[in-house]
Parts: sequence; C-alpha cells; structure tokens
Amino acid sequence: MRDFSNRYIFVFSTVLIVVVAVLLSAAAMLLQPLQQRNVEIEKKQSILASINIEASRKDAEKMYDKYITSSFVVNAKGDKVEGVDAFGVDMAAEIRKPLDERNFPVYVSTLDDGSSKVIVPVRGKGLWGPVYGYISFNDDYNTIFGATFNHDKETPGLGAEIATRAFQKQFDGKKIFDDQGNFTSILIRKGGAAPGDPHAVDAISGGTLTSKGLEATIKDCLSGYIAYFKKQQEQK
Amino acid sequence: MSEKEPLFSSKNLRLITDPLNTNNPITVQVLGICSALAITVKLEPAIVMTLSVMAVLVVANVVISLLRKSIPPRIRIIVQLVVIASMVILVDQVLKAFAYDVSKQLSVFVGLIITNCIIMGRLEAFAMANKPWPSFLDAIGNASGYGLILIIVAFFRELLGSGTLFGYPVLEKIGLYKTGYENNGLMILPPMALITIGIIIWVQRSKNRELIEEK
Repeated sequence: MRDFSNRYIFVFSTVLIVVVAVLLSAAAMLLQPLQQRNVEIEKKQSILASINIEASRKDAEKMYDKYITSSFVVNAKGDKVEGVDAFGVDMAAEIRKPLDERNFPVYVSTLDDGSSKVIVPVRGKGLWGPVYGYISFNDDYNTIFGATFNHDKETPGLGAEIATRAFQKQFDGKKIFDDQGNFTSILIRKGGAAPGDPHAVDAISGGTLTSKGLEATIKDCLSGYIAYFKKQQEQK
Repeated sequence: MSEKEPLFSSKNLRLITDPLNTNNPITVQVLGICSALAITVKLEPAIVMTLSVMAVLVVANVVISLLRKSIPPRIRIIVQLVVIASMVILVDQVLKAFAYDVSKQLSVFVGLIITNCIIMGRLEAFAMANKPWPSFLDAIGNASGYGLILIIVAFFRELLGSGTLFGYPVLEKIGLYKTGYENNGLMILPPMALITIGIIIWVQRSKNRELIEEK
C-alpha cells in the first residue's frame, strides 16, 4: 500500500470533513420544513386522539379546526394568561420551569354530540427520553374521557407500548380526584391495578421504568391544573 | 480481473448468495447481534431496519470502494466512520421527513446503525480492497443476510410474543385463545431473541456441516 505524507493526510481529512459538513447541513436545511410540518400534524393528531378521534395525516388539520373550538393558557393559580398561544407553547421548555412559573395550555373541544371536553398536555421523562401526550376530561373536570401518549426513544415492544391504544384505553373513565376532592392523579401499577380502582391502570410488563416515568409525568403535569380544575368545578 | 467480466458473473453472484447462508453476518460471523436483539420484537420495524441498514451499507461500501486508493491507511478507520455516520444521519433525516411514523417506531436504533459491526466490517474487509460494483453486490448481500435473520427472528417473536403479524391479530382470528392458549411474554424480552438466534444457528449448522469447527 502506498505511503501517504502527513500533509496529504491533513488535506484529505479537511476536504472530507468539509464535504460531509456541507452535505449534511444542506440535507438538514432542505428537509427541515417537511419535518417541522410532520411534527405539527402529529401534534394535532395526538390532540384529536385524546378525544378518541382518529385523524389520518391528511385530514388532521381539517379535523383539528373542526373539533378544537378554543385554546388558551392558564397558570398554576388557575387564572387565564393573556397573549400566549396555546398551540405554540413548548412543553419541553415549560417542564423545566418551577410549577408556578409555567404556562399550562388548555384546549377546549366540542364533539359531534355537543358535549364539551377539555384537553391538557403532559410531558416528562421516560426511560431513554421524553414521554408526552394529551389527556382529555369530561366537563366535570375529573373524569378522563381519553388519553394518548407517545415517546421518542422508549424500547420498541416494551416501554414503547405506552403509545398503543390498548394501554391508553385503560385511562378512559378514570378519575383524578377522590370522593373528598383530593388530587390522586393516575397510578400506573406494576402487576396490575385492582379491578374497579378508579385511580389506577396496569403498567407494561418489561416496561417498568417507562411506566414509572409516565406516572410521574402525569402527576407532575396535572398537578399544575388542580387550581384551574377546582375553579371550574365550583362554577358548576 | 479482466475488464469484460460480466456484471453478474458467478463470482459476483456469490457475493450476494454467500452472506445469505454460509457466510451470514449474524449466524456465522456473529456480528450485528445487538440490533438483532433490540428491534426484532415486531416485524415492521425489523423490515424498515433492514432497509435502512441496506441503504447505509450500500452507499458506504461504494463510496469507500471509490476512495479506496486515496484513503491514507493510517486514518482509514476514521474515514470509514465519517462516511457511515453521515449516511446514518441522512437516513434518519429522510425517514423523519418522509416516513415520520416509521422513524418514530425505530427511535434510537436508526442512530445506532453507526455501531453495527457488519457495516464497519464490510468496509474494512471488502470495500477497501475491491472495485465499486463488487462492493455494491457485497453490500446488498450482507444487508440481505442480516435482514433475513432479523425477519425470521421478528416473525417468531411477534407471532409467539404478541400473537400478531405486522400488527394483525393472527392468533385471535384463528381462535387459538379460546382453546386456552396465551401469548408468551418471554418472547418479547431480549433474551428470547438471543435464544431464537441460537436455534437458527443450530438448525443452520446441522444442515450445513462445513460450518462446524474442527474442535
């Protein structure tokens, strides 16, 4: 094999790196609008999924405009925050702030049967990366109407199962406040929830750490809505 | 090598067929085991993974083969890694833009193609010493050999572990659950992937005695 001078090696590596850098940056720039749109469509799909409306990638935007009637932001005291766009709130940034400084987006939806649902986003840590989703409530601000979760990096087949309908369906009809009105959140029980327990669901076998992460996520995020939900319950 | 060697000479064809059986990257060379354990719980991710590995391996093999005479031997491993890593990032970006759902399913494992020993192994052992066309065939062959095992393992793991194929509830439809059958939860855990691969190696060796070592 030919011997190469040090100068050649330096020039070769520099050229290689520049070519690769240009190629990758170009690809990233070109594909970014498409990727961004995918993320937005997915967000709309998830919001719709939490009220049990299955929208395909194509009609997600149309369905979103049809069913989501309003959206606004509240704070931890339960007051509306003016001038913040709920859809544009970056949950990844919000969950790093202390609870009383966060913006809490609320989406209001009116279904075909005229009933009104409130949808709130949750986001936190799973095992390998973030887990996030949306939970919708009936207008008693207590009973869960539907829930949807997703993740970036959970193990396929194990923790990633939180993104399946079978897991999410368990949340329907669960309650986040007990009879005395205390906040219980939803517990994700390893080994299975007791039948009829209104505040617990079954964890995923083989996905214990993801399940725990999701449980903490739900508790943390919903606790910010307690004040707002209580106010709404009192008004009823 | 003569200039007029036909594109699919028997020698070139063996580049594709060997890795499928007698020189399979997983069962004979025992490379790429890690990803074979991780993404074989379901069939669909296994197939997308196979296609992604194929795309990366084909491009990397051809690029390295084209550059083989100008790559300084002292930094060849780094050069190979740079080529593989950029390809993997490209595949990841393209999947995110055009096949968003699948890219979500594969999650971290697309990025982990970089660490797949099969790719590095083929670049170092084959592309550095061969012309682009044979390198191309070699890449196709090895990626298919890898994918073949992945798909076999994923087939059994999904069928026995979840009772589905491509997410379709096969066992439920044929009414097996009514007879008291239950899914084997162990199948979806990584150890069973290793055991499944072990069984494949056993079957393969009992059929093909040349693969059995002297001692």
